[in-house]
Amino acid sequence: MGPELKLSYFAWVRERVGKSDETLTPPAEVRTVADLIAWLSARGEEYAYAFDNPTVIRAAMDRKHVKQDSAIEGAREIAFFPPMTGG
Amino acid sequence: MTGADAHRIKVRIQHEDFDAAAEVAALTKGRLDVGAVVTFTGLCRNEGAKLTALELEHYPGMAEDEIVRVAAEAQTRWPILGGVAIHRYGKIAPGQNIVLVVIASSHRAAAFEAAEFMMDFLKTRAPFWKKEHLTDGGEGDWVEARDADDHAADRWRKA
Repeated sequence: MGPELKLSYFAWVRERVGKSDETLTPPAEVRTVADLIAWLSARGEEYAYAFDNPTVIRAAMDRKHVKQDSAIEGAREIAFFPPMTGG
Repeated sequence: MTGADAHRIKVRIQHEDFDAAAEVAALTKGRLDVGAVVTFTGLCRNEGAKLTALELEHYPGMAEDEIVRVAAEAQTRWPILGGVAIHRYGKIAPGQNIVLVVIASSHRAAAFEAAEFMMDFLKTRAPFWKKEHLTDGGEGDWVEARDADDHAADRWRKA
């Protein structure tokens, strides 16, 4: 098992997952953001629904935007959300 | 960039309303080097009486960090003397303010361009999301990101 990771969800990703954050311990073979999305999607139908179109999902690692091929090693918090609509 | 320069544009994330005129007055008070101030205010529209409000969700901490990063980038590109960026969150009714960007410089070109740059990147990088509240009482949709906003940000990329 890998280290504990705080996961945060925003906007419709949060609504579909059904919670705003949680702390999970992904297995060591989950190395990238994309791996994490795939692992979460297999955890339950709420996650599968939230991540059913992974290409639109944006991610932040420790509050900085990252691409889905980024390694998650050393991350304390990863957030998932749709494209931003502020301003 | 020096530490002082990095904070030349103040960033605030808040639910409370802001007063654009007061922000400009505070920015220019006692200064004789400012020759141009550009102010942009973004407001909530009712979309042809469809909406009673927008609910703005944000990622606390990252929202501020990301706007500070955009402000720091603006300061590497233009000679900015001072500025303010304020983004509101929570429920905002049509006609109310959402966002304010004020940029002060010696000359107008830098102030216009830097303010537009700040808004273009703030829209595509700052973690805020808008949900619609409908006039008919129904639950509205999340506002979808517009390709036009991505294109507006892309045109600032250096070759």
